[in-house]
Parts: sequence; C-alpha cells; structure tokens
Amino acid sequence: MSSPHDLTKEVTFHPEHSSGTGRIWKVFGILSLLTIIELALGYLLYAKHGEWSYTPVISTKILIGVLTLAKAYYIVSYFMHLGDEIRNFIMTIIVPLALFIWFIIAFLADGESWKQLKNTDGHSRPVTEQAVPAANHGEKK
Amino acid sequence: MWYFLMSDAFTFGAFLISYGTIRFSVNHWADPNQVFNAFPFAGHANLPLAFVSLMTFILIFSSVTMVLAVHEGHKMNRKGVEKYMILTIIGGLAFLGCQAWEWTHMITGDHTVLVDGVLQTMGTTVTNNPWGVAADPGAITAALQKTPDANLAAIVHSLGHGGTADAHATLGRDQMISTIQAANLHVTTPGPIAFGGYFFGITGFHGFHVFSGVVINVIMYLKTKFGHFDQRGHYEMIEKAGLYWHFVDLVWVFVFLCFYLV
Repeated sequence: MSSPHDLTKEVTFHPEHSSGTGRIWKVFGILSLLTIIELALGYLLYAKHGEWSYTPVISTKILIGVLTLAKAYYIVSYFMHLGDEIRNFIMTIIVPLALFIWFIIAFLADGESWKQLKNTDGHSRPVTEQAVPAANHGEKK
Repeated sequence: MWYFLMSDAFTFGAFLISYGTIRFSVNHWADPNQVFNAFPFAGHANLPLAFVSLMTFILIFSSVTMVLAVHEGHKMNRKGVEKYMILTIIGGLAFLGCQAWEWTHMITGDHTVLVDGVLQTMGTTVTNNPWGVAADPGAITAALQKTPDANLAAIVHSLGHGGTADAHATLGRDQMISTIQAANLHVTTPGPIAFGGYFFGITGFHGFHVFSGVVINVIMYLKTKFGHFDQRGHYEMIEKAGLYWHFVDLVWVFVFLCFYLV
C-alpha cells in the first residue's frame, strides 16, 4: 500500500487546478439556473395541460431535453473535469456515447410505429398489412 | 474509472430508451404532474414537481460539496476533505430518505380506479398502475352500486376524513355511496402496467447507485480520517470516488427528465 507516489499515479494529464473555488460555485449557479428554467417549463406544461396543441407541447419538451443536455455538459466537463483531460481521452469516452443519438431515434420511432399498428384496425390498415388475416386487432383506443 | 462509468451509462441509457419505446407505444401514459404531486406533511395538497425538485437540488448540491472535497484534496488539506466528505454523505443520505418517502407514498397510495365494473383503491406498484384515462361518469355511477362494501369503505377512507377503513364500513352502504358521490372523485381506469416496473426499476437502480456511492464515500471519509491519503502523498482516490458520485448526479439529471419533467 505504501508504494511511492509516482507508481500509483495514473497516466492522465494533470492540470494545475485553479486555486479558487469560484469556478465550482459558478457552475453550481448555472446548474441551478438551468434546473429552475426546466421546472418553470415543466409548470408551464402543467398549466397549459389540455390547452396546448401537439406542437407547442413537443417543442417545450424538446427544449427541456436540450437544457438537460446542457446540464450534463457542465457536470461532465467541470465537476468531473473531463474538459481538462487530453483530447484523445475525451474522444474515447464521447464517441461511443454518440451511439445514443441513433438509439434514441430508432427506438422511439419503433415505439411510435408499434402504437400505430396497434391502433389501426382492418379498415384503415394499409393493404400490405392485411396479408395476414387480422383476427386480433389489438386494442383500439 | 471513466470506462466503467461509460459502461454504466450504456446500462442506464438502455433502460431509459426501453422506457421511451414502451411509452411511445401506448396511447396513454401517466401524467407526471398527476403522479408526483405530493409533498411530505402537505397532506392532499397538489404540488406537482415540488418534491422531486427538492431531491434534484439535494443531489446537485452534494455534487458541489464533492467537487469541493476533491479541491481540498489537491491542496492536501485533510480537514477540508473530511468536512466536505461529511456534507456529501449527508446529501446522499438525504436523497435516499426522500426516495424512500416517495416510494412509500406511491406504493401505499389509494387512488380510486374502475376495474371490471367495480371501483377499488390502488397504489402504484410493479403490477398496478392507477394512472389511466378518466373513467366514464355513467360507468362510475353504475359501478358504485356493484362495488363491495369493503372497497367502498377503503374509498371513503382515501378521502382523508380520518379514522380507519373499518370504522367507515359501519356507516352503511348507502351513506358510503353518497359520501363518495359528493366527493366528486377523479376516477380513472388502470394504465399500462409497464409504468410501475419502469419507474421502480430505473429509480431503484439509480437509488442503488446512490447507496453504493454513499458507502464508497463513507470508506473514503474513514481513509481520510485515518490519514491513509496523507501517507500516500495524494488524494487521487477521493477524485475517483468523486467521479462516481458525479456520475450518479448525471444519471439523475436524465431520470428527472424522462420520468418527471416530460
């Protein structure tokens, strides 16, 4: 356990951390502000529930999602100091996670299409879908 | 540590995407503002988002104290590390306490639901989801007549007039029915069962991460206290524990988004 300092040190770029805690509090302020904006938008969705049409609701939800990504950026980059690592290291973490962009698009589209298939009965279902005798139409809303 | 966190991110990501797929595939999903509107000691007050905001701020703040602990570690200031580790541990425990309250509140909830032509009270569990669409008023009136006395007593009890369900049962059937009708309850049909499974599964998995994070932080606190890091000459381990802790906060940001906000 008492191995010398140099042996236990990880081979990562070690920056000179700024001596003050100013940046930490600043990031905390940004995270709190983003959370408060998210909550305000959440309450807006609640207040306008049933009043708004599909487009404003989905736009607000996407905006909340973008704010969440901004929060994730600040946590990872400043609290976890990933921004201070060397570029190649950052890339080995970020690039695999980029797969999520496709996962999200593909799986949500899949869920949506599943819903459409369940909701469509024999009369409105496209001809190609009727090749299989539709004994069980699934639940209709 | 980073690669472990990346694999963990894929696990959580897969859970959340699976949740998203199922949610997109049904016609009606629970409205988070309806499901999470309670606050401790606030009774039946309708406070959407309030409690979960508190939980979010607790976790963000404990993340800040963790960064400060790492920061003190860089300065080799043992007392500073100890102080901020304690604060971080308290934050983690506070979050777990909140989650325990929330789960208890949801599981023991008594919402009036129309099932198979009769009314019953239901909490949110992995097999029950009371958050479906509003039931047809005519169907509710018809169902009231067919609902067994025990269920009626439980519904009257859920109105929050005090007393036990058994005590309400002595009221007599007609009086219970008129009490329920006067209360103008929001009666729903059951929602997709998947909701409970996903909610408890994902927040539970996250809560387990918080719990293991607290355990790791306690170990780090003790090692700091006993001077292990001073002997070693650096506080690298605090930094690694910190990475894990921030990751837990990071996951919460997304869980908060998927379950509570949208």
